[in-house]
Amino acid sequence: MTSRPILEVAALHKRFATAGGEVEALRNVGLTMRRGEFVCLIGASGCGKSTLLRIIGGFETASEGRITMDGAPVVGPGPERGMVFQDYGLFPWLSVRENIAFGPAARGIGRVKRGEIAERFIAMIGLTRFADAYPHQLSGGMKQRVAIARVLANDAALILMDEPFGALDAMTREHLQSELLSLWASSGLSVIFVTHAIEEAILLADRIVVMSPGPGRITAEIAVDLARPRDITSAPFNALRREVSALLGAHGGNG
Amino acid sequence: MAAPSSGPPGAIAALVPLGLLAFWWAATRNAPDGLIPQPQQVASELLDLAGITHSGDAFNGVLWANLLASASRVFAGFAVSALLGLPLGLMIGQIGLVRRLLDSTLQLLRPVPVTAWQPLFLILFGLGSQSAMLLVALGCFYPILLNTILGVRSVEPRLLEAAAMLGVSRPAMFPKVVLPSAMPGIFTGLRLGLGFAWVVIVVGEMSGIRTGLGAMIMDAREESRTDVVIGGMIAIGLAGFVCDIAVQAIGRRLLRWSPQHGGKA
Repeated sequence: MTSRPILEVAALHKRFATAGGEVEALRNVGLTMRRGEFVCLIGASGCGKSTLLRIIGGFETASEGRITMDGAPVVGPGPERGMVFQDYGLFPWLSVRENIAFGPAARGIGRVKRGEIAERFIAMIGLTRFADAYPHQLSGGMKQRVAIARVLANDAALILMDEPFGALDAMTREHLQSELLSLWASSGLSVIFVTHAIEEAILLADRIVVMSPGPGRITAEIAVDLARPRDITSAPFNALRREVSALLGAHGGNG
Repeated sequence: MAAPSSGPPGAIAALVPLGLLAFWWAATRNAPDGLIPQPQQVASELLDLAGITHSGDAFNGVLWANLLASASRVFAGFAVSALLGLPLGLMIGQIGLVRRLLDSTLQLLRPVPVTAWQPLFLILFGLGSQSAMLLVALGCFYPILLNTILGVRSVEPRLLEAAAMLGVSRPAMFPKVVLPSAMPGIFTGLRLGLGFAWVVIVVGEMSGIRTGLGAMIMDAREESRTDVVIGGMIAIGLAGFVCDIAVQAIGRRLLRWSPQHGGKA
């Protein structure tokens, strides 16, 4: 049995009108994702990777082209496509518990049930002691854990992550990368992860989609067949690193 | 917050008031019967105004009735202002049509000071409590209105995106995201408004009214009782100060999620 792709992006174009004339942000982008796949979008700034992610999230509309999730056209933001922002986007007036229960509440799930859901995901991200803390009392890494739990608690099937660990220190970033991988492995989630760090992409992805600017377009796709957990010092890892680096050109990422 | 400026007012907060008091004392020390009374004379007059001592003069014990009259006008005017300013501010902030409809009118009226409105209010509403109360309402209106508008307008777009992504419908966006995120702004407006109410009430009570701290100060001026004038000023300052402490305590409780409002980091 071949299952239907979870996400299909076809012939996508995005043009912005600016003061200096029209800018072509994305040209003829196509991407098909199978269920459970972990895809990293990588490219230099201005390559349109974040724009593509935001269009898939439903926050922006394409100028041309088609996006379907599970066969249904994407017409706006929705719970099945959970977005994790680099700046977290947590509601500052809600505690950790309330932030995680926010999505279920918005979808009309009853108090008792959403309380159970919140408890489960608070335990999963290891923040039981901070369940009643407010976002401003948390570290960056803790906030991003809450942001991830929030979309999982809302039954997202596809997680869209926009450089989610870019604002964190190296140690925290490594922790969250491995937590994300074990979460992904145990849940069957599909993930699109935008990054400009080569090492991060190779560490995480099943498939790396390389994008280039001027206009933003997909220039290469690389399957990463290394077994997990991946050793960033191994020879095959380094070979891939050189390959992606060459594809990104001399000014490519800094991972 | 670790910044010392946000800590509880300690001994350092008393330095400037004590310094001013010392300056006052030093400047009047050799003129017990000068135009400006000495601090200890004002202190003893305050006790007399409060009815704690009994000099038997015309101002003995009148503080409380006047304070009550002023406070009731302050709170009534503040309430009227909040009842009008909050919904109007929310609508102006949220609905573009209402904003375009009212913005120029409000900006035109805003520079007109309450003192300029006072004669008109006396003609419109007559001599008495009502005019003073409405003058207070007008005085707090702009701080409440403008801060409410600002609060609504400064909702982070990211939070609206996050809510949309989590399944909040467009009509539910206002109660679920816009209103809570505007709360600090609304609260700042209410706090500034109440502070301003105590300024305006004295202006409002300075003509055409027989009760209130403003009226008491005007009576005292007629009789050249500068000690009562200054005692009344101190009473107004203290009343406004106590109100502000109470409002801040409420704010710390309601906005404990906000690092700007006394939430612990």
